[in-house]
Amino acid sequence: MTSPGDFGGRETWPLWEVFLRSSRGLSHLHAGSLHAPDETMALRNARDLYTRRAEGVSIWVVPASAITASDPDARGAFFESPQGKEFRHATYYTESDAVPHL
Amino acid sequence: MVDAAGTMEDEAGAARFGELLAGEQRVEPTDWMPEGYRKTLIRQISQHAHSEIIGMQPEGNWITRAPSLKRKAILMAKVQDEAGHGLYLYSAAQTLGIDRETMFEQLITGKAKYSSIFNYTTPTWADMGSIGWLVDGAAICNQVPLCRASYGPYGRAMVRICKEEAFHQRQGFEILLELMRGTAEQQAMAQESVNRWYAPALMMFGPPDDDSPNSKQSMAWNIKRFSNDDLRQRFVDMLVPQAEILGVTLPDPAIKWNEKRGHYDFGDLDWTEFYEVLAGRGPANTTRVARRRTAHEEGAWVREAARAYADTQHAPRIAA
Repeated sequence: MTSPGDFGGRETWPLWEVFLRSSRGLSHLHAGSLHAPDETMALRNARDLYTRRAEGVSIWVVPASAITASDPDARGAFFESPQGKEFRHATYYTESDAVPHL
Repeated sequence: MVDAAGTMEDEAGAARFGELLAGEQRVEPTDWMPEGYRKTLIRQISQHAHSEIIGMQPEGNWITRAPSLKRKAILMAKVQDEAGHGLYLYSAAQTLGIDRETMFEQLITGKAKYSSIFNYTTPTWADMGSIGWLVDGAAICNQVPLCRASYGPYGRAMVRICKEEAFHQRQGFEILLELMRGTAEQQAMAQESVNRWYAPALMMFGPPDDDSPNSKQSMAWNIKRFSNDDLRQRFVDMLVPQAEILGVTLPDPAIKWNEKRGHYDFGDLDWTEFYEVLAGRGPANTTRVARRRTAHEEGAWVREAARAYADTQHAPRIAA
C-alpha cells in the first residue's frame, strides 16, 4: 500500500512526515512533509522548515513509508460502525436537558 | 469488462467530485478527480513553487550589500521564507502524482514557467522595498483567495504562506518609508524604483479577463476565486492610499477615484512587454534559470553523499 504523498520512484531522498507540538500540554499535530536522507537531517530540516517562528517545542519525524492509511475507497464500510448510533452522544438524551449539573 | 468497470468508477467519481465542489468542500489527494483538474493544479502549484525558488535570487542579490546588520538579517529571513514556501508547494504538487526531480528538471530546462516578475533586475536598494510593497503585495492579493482553493493540500500550503507573507510586505513598505523620510537622493531612489516595479506588479495578476482563456475553468473548479481584473482592481484600490502615506507617485496619470464605480480608475498596461518577458526575453530570464541550474547541479554530489551515508548507517530502516 502506498503511503500518503509517497509517489516518487525518482526521489534522491525519502519522504518524511513532520509532527509538531506547539507547546507543553498539547499533542503533536501533523505539520507537513519534507525530504531528507536520514532522521537526523529530517529533524533539522523540519526545524528550519516548520518552526521558523517558534511554532514548536518538540518535533517528530516519521518516514512516510512507515505510515499505513485506511483505504479511502472503502471509507463507507470502514467507518460504518458509528453511523446511526447517536445514543453515543450526550446530546441524544434530551429528557434531562432541564436538570442542573447533568 | 475492465473498461466497463473503469467507466462506472469514473462516473461515480465524477458525481462525487461535483458534489464536493458544489458543497464548497475540499478535494483530497486520494479522491477521484478529472485529469484536467489534476493537470491544471500540477501546472499551477509547481509554477508557484518555482516562482518562490527563483524569487530568492533578486533579493539574494542584496543580502551582502543591505545597509545595516538589521536589514541583512531581515532580508535573510525573508529569502529563507521563500525557500520554505517553495518546499510547501512542491510537497502539495507531489500529492498529485508528480515527483520533485521532475519538477526541478522542468525548471532548469526552461520547460516550466514561473512568475515573470522575477525576470526583472534589482539594481538599487530601494528595489528591496518595492519588491516587498508591490510584488509581495500583489502576491498576497492573489494568494489570500487561494487559501480557499478546492484542492486541500494547496489550500493548506497557502494558509501557511499567507501568514508569513504579511511580514514581507510590511518590511518592504518600511524600507521605502525610511528612504522617503531621508535625503533628496534617497527619495529619488525610492520613486525611481516604484516607477519600474508598479506596472510589472499589476501584470502579476495575469492578462485581462478577455485574454485569459483558462480562468473560467479554474473558477468553475473553485481553484481560482476572483478574475484577474477583479484582483488587479482590488490591488490598485489598496495601493493608492498607501502610496499617499509613503509620499511616492504611482507612475500612471490615469489613476483617479471613480465615485460611480467606487473604485480607482487606472490606465491600460503594456501587455506586449508582459508577453515578451513571458517568452523569455525579459532582463534576467537567462541568468535566473542558469543560476538555478548551476546550484542544482553543483549540489548533486552533496545530495548523493548524504544519501549514501544514510544508507551505510541503517539501510534497512529507510526503504526508498
